[in-house]
Formats: sequence, structure tokens, C-alpha cells
Amino acid sequence: MSALIRYISKPHPLTGVTNAKLGTWCFLASEMMLFGGLFSAYVLLRAGSTAWPRGSELLNVPLATLNTLILITSSVTMVMSWASLIMKQEKGTGTSKVPGTFSFYMGSTILLGLAFLVVKAFEYGSKFSHHHFPGTDIFYGIYFTLTGLHGLHVIGGILLNTYFLFPGSRLWQTEPEQFTGRIECAGLYWHFVDLVWIFLFPVLYLL
Amino acid sequence: MEHAEVQKHVKIYISVFVALAALTVITVAVSYLHLPFKQAVLAALAIAGLKGSLVAGFFMHLLSEKQIIFSVLALTFIFLLAVLLLPVISV
Repeated sequence: MSALIRYISKPHPLTGVTNAKLGTWCFLASEMMLFGGLFSAYVLLRAGSTAWPRGSELLNVPLATLNTLILITSSVTMVMSWASLIMKQEKGTGTSKVPGTFSFYMGSTILLGLAFLVVKAFEYGSKFSHHHFPGTDIFYGIYFTLTGLHGLHVIGGILLNTYFLFPGSRLWQTEPEQFTGRIECAGLYWHFVDLVWIFLFPVLYLL
Repeated sequence: MEHAEVQKHVKIYISVFVALAALTVITVAVSYLHLPFKQAVLAALAIAGLKGSLVAGFFMHLLSEKQIIFSVLALTFIFLLAVLLLPVISV
């Protein structure tokens, strides 16, 4: 496969970026439209409603603030896992095991992602125990749709990062440049998931 | 990327983290002011936009990205604005 798909570790001469990175950005562009469509639905539902609750009256703002801080921290550990590979690559290690600093930062990113999901599960659990479900009303309908889809993205990111922490990291020994590129692309995705939450948080919880 | 350059970047990442955490606290604090709805929306979106720009600019390296990525994003942004703004246009 990798022999057939070219410019996955070296930049393409015409674009100046690897095809992997260009592909990742195109994927993120489609993701922006997916979430954009749902934000548009939110605007329509809210504009078309005679009454709309303040998010803070129904939702748990302190827990969501905690989750915002968790995701921001995980973005830093994610970018640090990439930076730790770049620094090691500079020293020229080639065939040795993946750097310990990478494993530390990537492991932290995964744990922070799991922490986000645990907090979210508490929030959902509290809503369900009060018999608030997606079908309860349009506020909960759009709340569960937006946060649920975002939560699925967090799960996807955790799975992807776990792959790169364990079996996927073997690539470092043979193709360190390509592995570093993969971590950069995984990072782009993870930062995007963080970015979506940065907008979801004020829109759903604070306004 | 040079080793020293990455170390400089690491310092920037930490500063960006501090800014993001501070802006999170600020946006929550502003929500307790109970501003009129329009001002509240503008304030919340301005802070979220600033936070988003920090994430995209520094963590996603958009500040030093190649033209082709900007072209993809510019096209996406036009359609994104369309789906967000068209529903609320009123004359």
C-alpha cells in the first residue's frame, strides 16, 4: 500500500505538504460541514422557538467547564507528543524504540480523553435520572445530538491515539518521518475535536 | 524543524494553554453577568472565536501552513458561513 500512495512522508513538490496532511485537512473540512449543519439546525430551532431555556438553568456548567479544561490540556499533551518525536528525530535515532516522552504525552492525551468521557457520562446519567432524553423536547434533542456526536468523535480519537501508542508505534523504528507525520495528522483531528467543544460549550451551556 | 525551534514552540504551547484556560474562566464569568441576549451572544462567540483561533493557529500550525491548506479551508469557510447565516437573514 505505502509504495503505491506517494508523498506520505515527504511533501509533494506541487503542494508543499504531504498527501497525508492534505487528506486529513480535506477530511476535517467535511467534518466542519457536518458540525456546521448541526449548528445551523440549532440556530433554526432556537430562532423558531417561542421560548428557549438558558443552558445554565438545565445543564451543569461547572462540569462542562471542567471538561473544557480537560480537553484543552489534552490538546497540549497531544502537540507535545508530536514535538517529542520531532526533537528525537533531530538527534537521529532511527531504529530505536519510540521515545518515552512520546509515550508519556500520548498516554496522557488518551487518559484525558477518557476523563472527558467519564465526566460526560455523569452529566448524561444525571439527565437520564431526571427523565430528560433526546426526545423530551427540542432543547434536549439538539443538546444530545451535538454533544453525542462530539462524544463519538472523542471515542474515535481515543481509539486512534491508542493505536499509535501501542501497535502503530512500531512504524517509528522503520519510518520515523512517516510516523511523525501520522502523529501530526492524529493531532490535527484531536485539536479539531477540541475546537468543536470550544464552540459547543458556550452555545449550549452558557447562552 | 530545528531542535531549538521546536523548544521555542514548546514554550509557545504552554503560553497558549494558559491563555485558553484563562479565556475559559472569562467566558464562564461573563455568562454570570447576565448581559442582554445580543451582547451575551457576541461576547461568547468572540471569546470562542479567539480560543478557536489559538488552537488552529498554534496547535494545528495554521500560522505556518502552506497555501494549499488555506485554499481548502477558505472554500469550506464560505459554505460554513452560508449554512450558519442564511437561516437567520431577515429584511
